[in-house]
Amino acid sequence: MADEVVLLDFWPSPFGMRVRIALAEKGIDYEGREEDLSNKSPLLLKMNPVNKQIPVLIHKGRPISESLIIVQYIDEAWSNNKSPLLPSDPYQRANARFWADYIDKKIYSTGRLVWGTTGEVQEKAKEELRESFRVLEKELAEKTYFGGDMFGLVDVALIPFYSWFYTLETTANFSITEEFPRLVSWAKRCMQRDSVSNSVPDQYKIYDFLLDLKKKMHSIE
Amino acid sequence: MEDLKLHGFWYSPFTMRVVWTLKLKGLAYENIEEDRYNKSPQLLEYNPVHKKTPVLVHGGKPICESMIIVQYIDELWPQNPLVPHDPYDRAQARFWVAYSEQLFSAVVPLIYVDIADDEEKEKVIEKVQKLLKDIEDQCVLLDDEKKFFGGDNINIVDIAFGSMIKFLVTMEDLNKLKVLEVEKFPRLHSWFDNFKNVSIIKENLPNREKMCAIMKYIRERKRELQSSN
Repeated sequence: MADEVVLLDFWPSPFGMRVRIALAEKGIDYEGREEDLSNKSPLLLKMNPVNKQIPVLIHKGRPISESLIIVQYIDEAWSNNKSPLLPSDPYQRANARFWADYIDKKIYSTGRLVWGTTGEVQEKAKEELRESFRVLEKELAEKTYFGGDMFGLVDVALIPFYSWFYTLETTANFSITEEFPRLVSWAKRCMQRDSVSNSVPDQYKIYDFLLDLKKKMHSIE
Repeated sequence: MEDLKLHGFWYSPFTMRVVWTLKLKGLAYENIEEDRYNKSPQLLEYNPVHKKTPVLVHGGKPICESMIIVQYIDELWPQNPLVPHDPYDRAQARFWVAYSEQLFSAVVPLIYVDIADDEEKEKVIEKVQKLLKDIEDQCVLLDDEKKFFGGDNINIVDIAFGSMIKFLVTMEDLNKLKVLEVEKFPRLHSWFDNFKNVSIIKENLPNREKMCAIMKYIRERKRELQSSN
């Protein structure tokens, strides 16, 4: 029943995208509610009083927060399902968690500095982001997905940031496609999955959004 | 005999988490004390991405990141379980484990406040106390009825927070100040007392003077490095 699962979300959020993808992979019906982050709903504040952030998954009235925690919850709560998001082997599971954690630590904050700043700060961030992409490409190697043949946690963690690629390339003047061809092929492969293409907005729409956000950020200073 | 090796720093809260977990499970392992100023080639090979401790090596295969290691151990050796069985309880536990990382980031600056002015010191302390308050007030796992975050027995949340509060206590000793004030944080205070008294924890809690001494040393080394640049 759709009323059992509610997702408090915000369309351009890469973290929200992760949860949308996981829910779609599992074929779970849910009610998506769009939050206005400048005017957070009482429900959001009640369901995530500590961080007051989206995404929040509400399952049978109980909230789960933090995107990767939600994704693992979805995998575990709907485990009698065709599409496991984590491997069954404990060592491979630890490996998947390691890379999901790496992505969480590096991509959002560094990427934000790349599209959000200029000059020296931007240059430094660009180098850091390049290094992260290098590391990820190395880990991906010749595999179809980060987990091998199975689309899984690490892919879910990273693919939302594909929607940032056009913005990153344009604002920081470099070509991710040229420098990281394997990563871009992987991303395009993921985007062929309905769960991903229905959850990750178009790069140009995100570009407009991020540029608008950048203007607002700078006008506050 | 399991082929287990732990590369760590005896004083690191992250290493402590793994030590406590291994001891709780009754697992024998080879402890390899790393020197943060001269990391072993093996460590750099096992954790090329972050080059950090702790790293658990099981049958020659490395596992990195303290709480990922703890979950790995718990999955292979289910005695004295640390990860809740129910998916929802598990998600709640993971949320608070993730929160403990925020606490760590807020506590680290306390290493260096000895030379800060009062205003700056206050700011750092306030930041830590805000996080502690959230745990004290918002964490439903912290119950007046229960001894631990895990209920009657410690679980991953106790391990995660236990290591961070131990680190905070070291900072209190280092700076001769009180952050985890009993009047402001009665539940947390009482929980930490219970935690410290769990026999495995008690036997594996580094000495307070030694902790203070090592932090002073790390602080001095860092300042030496900064002034020489």
